[in-house]
Amino acid sequence: MAGKRKLSERPGGGSSDVQWCFSQVKGAMDDDVAEADIISTVEFNHTGELLATGDKGGRVVIFQQEPESKNQPQCRGEYNVYSTFQSHEPEFDYLKSLEIEEKINKIRWLPQKNAAQFLLSTNDKTIKLWKISERDKRPEGYNLKEEDGRYRDPNSVTTLRVPVLRPMDLMVEASPRRVFANAHTYHINSISVNSDHETYLSADDLRINLWHLEITDRSFNIVDIKPANMEELTEVITAAEFHPDQCNTFVYSSSKGTIRLCDMRASALCDQHAKMFEEPEDPNNRSFFSEIISSISDVKFSHSGRYMMTRDYLSVKIWDLNMETRPVETYQVHEYLRSKLCSLYENDCIFDKFECCWNGNDSVVMTGSYNNFFRMFDRDYRQDVTFEASRENSKPRSVLKPRKISTGGKRKKDEISVDSLDFNKKILHTAWHPLDNIIAVATTNNLYIFQDKLN
Amino acid sequence: MQCSAAPRITSGGQIENPLEHWLSITEKNANPVKAEEAKLKAKYPGLGQKPGGSDFLMKRLQKGQKYFDSGDYNMAKAKVKNKQLPVAGPEKNLVTGDHIPTPQDLPRTRKSSLVTSKLAGQI
Repeated sequence: MAGKRKLSERPGGGSSDVQWCFSQVKGAMDDDVAEADIISTVEFNHTGELLATGDKGGRVVIFQQEPESKNQPQCRGEYNVYSTFQSHEPEFDYLKSLEIEEKINKIRWLPQKNAAQFLLSTNDKTIKLWKISERDKRPEGYNLKEEDGRYRDPNSVTTLRVPVLRPMDLMVEASPRRVFANAHTYHINSISVNSDHETYLSADDLRINLWHLEITDRSFNIVDIKPANMEELTEVITAAEFHPDQCNTFVYSSSKGTIRLCDMRASALCDQHAKMFEEPEDPNNRSFFSEIISSISDVKFSHSGRYMMTRDYLSVKIWDLNMETRPVETYQVHEYLRSKLCSLYENDCIFDKFECCWNGNDSVVMTGSYNNFFRMFDRDYRQDVTFEASRENSKPRSVLKPRKISTGGKRKKDEISVDSLDFNKKILHTAWHPLDNIIAVATTNNLYIFQDKLN
Repeated sequence: MQCSAAPRITSGGQIENPLEHWLSITEKNANPVKAEEAKLKAKYPGLGQKPGGSDFLMKRLQKGQKYFDSGDYNMAKAKVKNKQLPVAGPEKNLVTGDHIPTPQDLPRTRKSSLVTSKLAGQI
């Protein structure tokens, strides 16, 4: 395997020409963060024109790329509010004495089929299909009604007139079209739309269900790892995703660091995996923390469908679907945390679930870290870079400067020491525009949008 | 070379991380994770034998379960004859076990936030 090239001294990750610039930041910039404002998911749609966020308060905000600046190289990263709605509400299950949070765990867009846009949003228990449609005309001139809706006095109606459609200010409406409820005993962590555009899967800690988008009163259980005796429980499902073009294939990851690939053609219940991906552990490295930090928090197929990426606590791994024995690439996100695991366990940070994402052509992967840092790894050039999403870097079009963390005793100027990292500032959710170098990075309650500077 | 395991003395005169002080330097540098593990075991000697196993997973599966069930309620009622009723503490969420909850103790189902997200507040 080719050795790593030296870290580039030039700013910017990805190919040596790329420089990242600040474009916009959304959300309040004060320090008073209400719990409801904590961003819990970020997702571009398939064209990148729409960007959806979900928060702990159950709300969804959709941003749209500004049509006029879409084609201007310097301001392609301009997104404005398109629609916002309350997707889920807090509930209480009286039968089980269970409080059901309204926090949106995941949003997934459906590929566009007609003028309207559709997305799936889910909390711990219920998945909803939302239709987002535009209205820019309204009928005027009814025969029997006044403009305000009151019926006209029948005696005054002496002629016949037919309503005509007149333009009006654009109105974007979101309406729930399907509610997929009561299928999960445990907490939903993933949803994934199939490439057949008709079905989707939802995964909780122990089970995965297959739904048809049109049918809400039943779903098929395709994976069930619940042991007969719960005392024997050793692992849970942490994430699941359908293959981007093979409609029969999906993967799910576990808290023990394994990924299982299943083929729905093999049997109705996919408890037997077709492939299992696991990196053998060095027995010398085994510790109390081994299993916890090996738990996979996110799994994402590459756009090509040939690779998949997993995120565990300290690293990002790229797997070739044809090789189950070990990943083909491993990138350390924040290796310096290895000597802090005790305190990270005590403050629960060791259980943080970071997500990861691919760029459009699968050449660069990105994930978040602490202190509002996020990292990019260029697979082709073998370079990596760390950036910070912060108010200080929030001048329009200012170029992001790479950050460096000092791990040794001597701290160079501009470096940040590990002990001064803020572990409350975590970037768990990031998204990459499918066709362009525009990224969305969520801090606790702000959404940053960056774009590359085309020279 | 600076000894990274050297004890730091706080302004109050106490040694920070006394456990680090006693670990051998080579061991700590060779495997920082083992050192972290030793630190944790020193702080919590009763920590379970199966670290990644059932305890964590059970806690994860039971997220959201906050309220008493009738079994707890009846057990607590049976104990009332023998000892004093524990008063509801500041931890309103923990209304299980010996405590007999009253309707005032149970947190009400939160209402959904009627406020628009701050993300939508700006252009």
